Amino acid sequence: MSTHKHWTIAAAADALGKGEVSALELTDQHIKAIEDNRVLNAFITESFDVARERAQASDARRAKGDVAGPMDGVPIAMKDLFCTEGVRTTAASHILENFVPRYESTVSGKLRDVGSVMLGKANLDEFAMGSANITSYFGSVKNPWTPAGANADLVPGGSSGGSVAAVSGGLAIAATGTDTGGSIRQPASFTGLVGMKPTYGRCSRWGVVAFASSLDQAGPIAHTVEDAAIMFEAMAGHDPKDSTSLDLPVPDCRAAVAAGAGGNAKGLRVGIPKEYTLDGMPADIQKLWDQGVTWLKDMGAEIKDVSLPHTKYALPTYYIVAPAEASSNLARYDGVRYGLRVPGASLDEMYELTRAEGFGDEVQRRIMIGTYVLSAGYYDAYYVKAQQVRTLIANDFKTVFNDVDVVLTPTAPSAAFAKGEKMDDPIAMYLNDVFTVPASLAGLPAISVPGGLDANGLPLGLQLISGVCQEETLFRAAALLEHAAGFTAKVGGTQ
Amino acid sequence: MSLNEDDVRKIAFLARIRVDEARLAPLADELNNIVGWVEQLSEVDTNGIAPMTSAVDIATPLRKDVVNDGDKVEDILANAPDREGPFFAVPKVVE
Repeated sequence: MSTHKHWTIAAAADALGKGEVSALELTDQHIKAIEDNRVLNAFITESFDVARERAQASDARRAKGDVAGPMDGVPIAMKDLFCTEGVRTTAASHILENFVPRYESTVSGKLRDVGSVMLGKANLDEFAMGSANITSYFGSVKNPWTPAGANADLVPGGSSGGSVAAVSGGLAIAATGTDTGGSIRQPASFTGLVGMKPTYGRCSRWGVVAFASSLDQAGPIAHTVEDAAIMFEAMAGHDPKDSTSLDLPVPDCRAAVAAGAGGNAKGLRVGIPKEYTLDGMPADIQKLWDQGVTWLKDMGAEIKDVSLPHTKYALPTYYIVAPAEASSNLARYDGVRYGLRVPGASLDEMYELTRAEGFGDEVQRRIMIGTYVLSAGYYDAYYVKAQQVRTLIANDFKTVFNDVDVVLTPTAPSAAFAKGEKMDDPIAMYLNDVFTVPASLAGLPAISVPGGLDANGLPLGLQLISGVCQEETLFRAAALLEHAAGFTAKVGGTQ
Repeated sequence: MSLNEDDVRKIAFLARIRVDEARLAPLADELNNIVGWVEQLSEVDTNGIAPMTSAVDIATPLRKDVVNDGDKVEDILANAPDREGPFFAVPKVVE
């Protein structure tokens, strides 16, 4: 992989502050790493000119003593779901292959404003629909991790597969992700990274290509819990342009991380939900989960068994709600205003041919499922029913959070798997998100923290979920877990 | 409920996605597989349960009824597949 060390945001901010490295040098190191690792297919569009320009501007600011914060001069990858002014934004779809936005998404704009350097647009599953980054029109992404003693190509997880490949492979210091049902947390788990999904509404959806609007939420992907907190604080905040944006102050998550970094978990109540034990779950995952419980207990946390009785219905609920919203959101791709157009004799034929050619198989499948569950005569039986079950799932969490501060679960039911596995059966692929979807449906903040390696030397993550807007509690608990796990494994050896 | 080829043809038209006749049967199988799986929700008692409408309870924000944007014709048309002057161009729709 990369020849330089894996930087963290915190270490880069420190080195930049001391003048040990310039933003331009840091950027050029990462550009070189991207050029040397194109085999990963982590980026759809490289934006090296933009990156060098921003790095030089950052160095100029620093020379004047006008630093915009800890991300000033830090090279990052931007998931190609965020509209970026003047830089092609594809959502990994043929239908947006040539789309160059004339505006900047709120989140990418905030990251630009704090001085971070966008290296390029990271690959993803088409329209963020997938759990292995194999549905991208621009090709699948290769996980930089390889199993011990084997040479198999593994998937990086999805949908934020390019983002995690870039960070774990040393091509970017951190990356943006978006999470609809697990698209930040599951890939972070597959690559030994920290991935955090905020409370629904913390990060503006404005300018983010929509998948399922009541679930979509942007969040950070980074090497450490501290980095994730730094980046979350830069991404979050009220935005009048998103009517579901929360008009609340951004919590001080870095202080929360500092509070947990010392390893004192006194006063923290941790719930262990019995419904997250699955038949046939790999022994390594159960072992790591048990280990996580022991770690938190040994640091002084109070451990409680809790019940989330509707957990088993979360995935089927998700696979009604998300396709329904997707079918509505993706109706905009009609070949008229932007994106691909395939000519037809009539307007309807133009729509049909454009969408048949422009969307891949999984996207078409989900649009049709969504169209069906919303169609006349079936709306109540499927969509309303699913939204009712969603209320029950959210109520389960509300009840549990009367007694505990966080819930601890595995992030995913397996480690990264080989490309080609689970591809023939959509439902087998959907099961990747069995542990992440419930928090998405309830709108709760959740984070995946690397816990250890499985028998094949592949990373496994542990997930923490907290109550609505309890990001500070979440970050404190995540810092505790990180402290206890002492996870230092990186691609290409321990650092 | 099981979808047949006619149902899939109808859904595909509603979704404005052209599906070849030969794909209808396999697609019906794929969709039935998923629909059959999500139908396990029918075993959940949801009597008297309000459907969830938002993940976080917030009031719908209102803004002042004033013009705050506009005059961006070139930005809006910049990615248009076809245009005529300041308009999007489409195939003839009126007979």
